[in-house]
Amino acid sequence: MTATATSARSDLSELGRSETALRTFLHGLPGVDQVGAEQRAAQLGTRSIKTTAKAQAIDLAIGMVDLTTLEGADTPGKVRALATKALRPDPADPSCPHVGAVCVYPAMVPYVAEVLRRSEVHLASVATSFPSGQAPLEIKLADTRAAVEAGADEIDMVINRGAFLAGRYSEVYDEIAAVKEACGGAGTGGQGRPRAHLKVILETGELATYDNVRRASWLAMLAGGDFIKTSTGKVPVAATLPVTLVMLEAVRDFRAATGRQVGVKPAGGIKTTKDAIRYLVMVNETVGPDWLHPDWFRFGASSLLNDLLMQRTKLKTGVYAGPDYFTLD
Amino acid sequence: MSERVTVRKTYKLFVGGKFPRSESGRSYLVQDSNVSLASRKDARDAVVAARAAVKGWAGATAYNRGQILYRVAEMLEGRREQFVALGVPGAEVDAATDRWVWYAGWSDKLAQVYGGANPVAGPYFNVSAPEPTGVVAVAAPEVPALLGLVSVVAPAIVTGNTVVVAASPTAPLAAVTLAEVLATSDLPGGVVNVLTGRLSETVPTLAAHMDVNAVDLTGVRDPELAAELEVKAAENLKRVLRPVPADHDWSADPGLRRMTALLETKTVWHPKGV
Repeated sequence: MTATATSARSDLSELGRSETALRTFLHGLPGVDQVGAEQRAAQLGTRSIKTTAKAQAIDLAIGMVDLTTLEGADTPGKVRALATKALRPDPADPSCPHVGAVCVYPAMVPYVAEVLRRSEVHLASVATSFPSGQAPLEIKLADTRAAVEAGADEIDMVINRGAFLAGRYSEVYDEIAAVKEACGGAGTGGQGRPRAHLKVILETGELATYDNVRRASWLAMLAGGDFIKTSTGKVPVAATLPVTLVMLEAVRDFRAATGRQVGVKPAGGIKTTKDAIRYLVMVNETVGPDWLHPDWFRFGASSLLNDLLMQRTKLKTGVYAGPDYFTLD
Repeated sequence: MSERVTVRKTYKLFVGGKFPRSESGRSYLVQDSNVSLASRKDARDAVVAARAAVKGWAGATAYNRGQILYRVAEMLEGRREQFVALGVPGAEVDAATDRWVWYAGWSDKLAQVYGGANPVAGPYFNVSAPEPTGVVAVAAPEVPALLGLVSVVAPAIVTGNTVVVAASPTAPLAAVTLAEVLATSDLPGGVVNVLTGRLSETVPTLAAHMDVNAVDLTGVRDPELAAELEVKAAENLKRVLRPVPADHDWSADPGLRRMTALLETKTVWHPKGV
């Protein structure tokens, strides 16, 4: 809840050069008040959002969904169907917005790219030997380049939790920076901008403490991440409200310190409209409306979309909708 | 010795195997007791609980469902005095207990009576078997409070449906007490959900709900409301059971109609060897 004490803006870019400087900075971040963060998150979760505000929140949340399928059993047909749904989530209602992105494994990117071509829906791919991240760096970089070449314009990488928890911050930093560079693909896009956005997955369920979440958030942002994401969805503890609160505070403080805005993506375990609206309330109250846009806040989810569509239908028709009338995916 | 403090009881809803208060926080005074006044959201929550219970309950063997219904009869028998104390005549409690036993017996017999092999012109075995329709919303008859309720709930669940029942608004104590019987009868949570309060508040929500498969309007007295509910039910082609006259004799042999009205038929064609 405290703004991080940072001096002049230029200082931060030098931090990555030395292990000591990085460690001193990350351990100098103020500790997170665990009880306070959890209480604050719980309190914000009690806000009641109704009628027109609810309708607006639902449409916003639909636009923020990263429609995800990350199964060993994914097939070209399944991801094509998912991409088609991303373009028009409710075929019965043209006023329903499209989702933010489709998120798949690198091998599935070409099939999704066919469907999403010329649409505004982004194509995200997990890379860097998701979900464990336990592979040599060259393989992670090759994984990333392959996904970008195949057409992904957002890369969801996992950090090396082993190195982070062992305190080898430089290693994590360098890896993120290298993946960020690999996101540029063979050549960079127009005006020197990288071709793909980089989302850095912290896997907060494995970081054990909020202090670590705060440190990992800063580390990911310092190394060049465009988004920080909570989880892979592959470990028992996924996104929670307090963890997201800590990350939102980190992006707020980071913008105050450097002027660069970084997005946040909670992922895993967000299944209902109620959950999604709680997150939106927290975004608004913590970092403000600047982040209430699909460019800056996303939900990594799969079943959430159907619940949003059912609630949307309920608001429009006045009748509770049933899952029989929405696609299974 | 000091005098005991009276333990006053609040009669709550029965949703998903638990006894929550109404989400709205409201209650009403009836039969000298405070009873939860269910809202539309309670009806919605009850449907969610009922839907979640369908897979397990419909997937249980007919034999197992029969055992559980019989267990309900056992538990009801043991609570006879409690119902009598609530003003339910002893003979009605006995009739209700017998009804559970009667329906329990039907669980593994109905498919034999109502399904069967069909003669077809071709080298096939052709077999039809009844299957539960899913979630059934029920407006219980106002009287008799216990026998009427059992007579509409038991035939719906014996075949594997799950139920959201709006109990008699004027005599809800027997319904909540029956819920306590059900909660201690190995009946999985969510198979029967009991809402107390005004029918006009909960039943229209249930009749319109797209995730409800059938609606039993037995206890709806107002013909205009009944017609309106049927129209709502038509939106997703729910099965509809129409209201019965107020003077219906609930102690008579119920027949199979209440069970068969809430079934779908699955027919299988199987190639026959030469």
